[in-house]
Amino acid sequence: MKQLAERIAQEIQRRFQSRKQDRVWDMSPALPPVFNAEQDDGDAEGKKPEGNRPEGTGPRNPWQTPSGGPGGGKGAPPRRASSLEDIFRARRENGGPGGPGPMPSGPNFRIPQRPDGKSWTPLVLGGVALVWLVFSTGHQLSSNEQGVVTTFGKYTATIGPGMNFTAPWPIQRVRVEDVTSIRRDNVPEGETEKLMLTGDQSLVDLSYIIRWNIRNLKQFAYQLEDPQGTVREVAEAAMRASVAEVKLNDVMLGTRRAEIESNVRQRMQAVLDAYHSGILVQGVDIKKADPPSKVNDAFQRVQAAQQDANRDMSNARAYAEQVVQRAEGDATAFNKVYAQYKLAPEVTRRRMYYATMEQVLSQNDKVIAPAGGFNSYMPLPAIQKKPAEDGVVVKP
Amino acid sequence: MSALFQDGIAPRAKLAVAGLIAAALVGFSAIVEVPESQQAVVMWLGDPVRVINRYKPGVDYGNTGAGLSLRVPFLETLVRVDRRVLNLDMERQQVNSSDQQRLEVDAYARFRIIDPVKMVRTAGTAERVQEQLQPIMTSVLRQGLASYTFQSLLTPERGVMMEQIRKALDIEAREYGAQIIDVRIKRADLPDGTPLERAYARMEAAREQEATTIRAMGQKQAQIIRADAEATAAKIYAEAYGKDPSFYDFYRAMESYRTTFANPANKSSTTIVLTPDNDYLRQFRSQKGQ
Repeated sequence: MKQLAERIAQEIQRRFQSRKQDRVWDMSPALPPVFNAEQDDGDAEGKKPEGNRPEGTGPRNPWQTPSGGPGGGKGAPPRRASSLEDIFRARRENGGPGGPGPMPSGPNFRIPQRPDGKSWTPLVLGGVALVWLVFSTGHQLSSNEQGVVTTFGKYTATIGPGMNFTAPWPIQRVRVEDVTSIRRDNVPEGETEKLMLTGDQSLVDLSYIIRWNIRNLKQFAYQLEDPQGTVREVAEAAMRASVAEVKLNDVMLGTRRAEIESNVRQRMQAVLDAYHSGILVQGVDIKKADPPSKVNDAFQRVQAAQQDANRDMSNARAYAEQVVQRAEGDATAFNKVYAQYKLAPEVTRRRMYYATMEQVLSQNDKVIAPAGGFNSYMPLPAIQKKPAEDGVVVKP
Repeated sequence: MSALFQDGIAPRAKLAVAGLIAAALVGFSAIVEVPESQQAVVMWLGDPVRVINRYKPGVDYGNTGAGLSLRVPFLETLVRVDRRVLNLDMERQQVNSSDQQRLEVDAYARFRIIDPVKMVRTAGTAERVQEQLQPIMTSVLRQGLASYTFQSLLTPERGVMMEQIRKALDIEAREYGAQIIDVRIKRADLPDGTPLERAYARMEAAREQEATTIRAMGQKQAQIIRADAEATAAKIYAEAYGKDPSFYDFYRAMESYRTTFANPANKSSTTIVLTPDNDYLRQFRSQKGQ
């Protein structure tokens, strides 16, 4: 790229300079303007071929090798092309009249005479006729194709895969169609939003694919004016009718999607059969069934609510697990102790009593006082120190 | 060709050749080719006299009369009419349902020229028939849909309605030699603006309601799960403790004392006032007494 830019810059500079020179040079009577104009054909912007410029007058193109003298532009042996422009010029010159190019072409091309001096015309005509016969009588159909043959416009036969021969062109004609391959139609084409009304008067953005092929080529060829367009219109009508029968959630959440698809397929087939269209609907697939973009937020809030509900329930389950495990733990602990208690009830009871009392009393302040009314005289520093509710009297 | 005339052939022969050529040309112009997809009305000096390859139901392709036919050169001319099922598209337009809801409807009809002579007389070409039928279809559809509610336009009842509209349109179409095969609503949409906005608002409200319901259901389920667990726990406790309620009372009391008074998490100590006749001090007392 950089090289090219440099080259263009130099070229512009060169031309700018050469224009001044050319002006003087154009005056020269030795070179009539006609000749110059002709030479200019090769360079639309007025660049002179190097060879036509008197030696040493114009600046030289640094990429161009010196040509073989004045007027050598045409007769010179093809030099190595050094720029795009030169390559094109070389082509033109080679292809031009009297050019040294290897391919004879242009208006001066003449067919060489036949050795016996006769005209080429019959041979050419014969060749054309042969090509015509071969191309209009032999028809090779691949395994997925069929063709309808008409004789002067009248349906004659349906031909299958393989090599088939018919009468030549104006008499019999063949129209070949791919019958087994399944054609796919996307509705809508592209990514536009296609809203349909559902049974609960909501809107759903739906896109789907119709898959179909030709079941009866004869009918397909002659029955409908526009079979492809008909398939699309029938699909559209059937899809809208089917979607209108179900609720939004059934379409969107996919619970009845398969049902809708087969419904549409059946409807389409019924209509296309009624038209004798020769078309077999293979299937209808709903690609996308989304809420309209305008109410998408509301649908996302439903999802959020669903997540909230799920979270609530899993929290509750965790709590439930905890409660039950705790109950089982408590029950098991009790059962174990109870089993021992049953073996020696009194001893166990006393042991537990003392153990508990030990624990309780060792960790708390204790006052032993006689029963009766001297509580009020007692200097009870602990009681005074602390709030009254902490004081507990264990009565016998 | 020019060589024939230059090579000094007698004028009579020239004439004969010219005559032959003329005859061939006339002969060729007497033969017409009608493809399967067309029917041709033969006009005798502009007056339709017969039809080649006329559509008849139930006749299979190949037996219909398509192919080569003869006509009287120059006097008989041909008007070619499509024989296939043609499309009649209605322009998208707003229709009022019986409950005064506006609806944007796109419909199509499929028709076939079954009486090409009549068609040529009344309309001339199939395109003209389409042009003539389009406004009729629009008005028939408008009238037809106006007697149904919005909701029923969306339901299977639509099939019945379309059949009625087809019949009504067919009566009109017969005047042009056409038969309406099918009328179908391609699209029935809410028009832009208020109706569409209202539908969106309704959808949003429905979603809000759904969201609230889902949350409430979740809470209810959670509550039930908790209650179930508590019931299970109660059952487990009852089974275990019910074996000996008095021992349970004692066992639980001990546990409770420990939790209340000897909880290591609770550093503040309690002052416990014991009377000497406390059961715990019984041994203490009797030792003193001894």
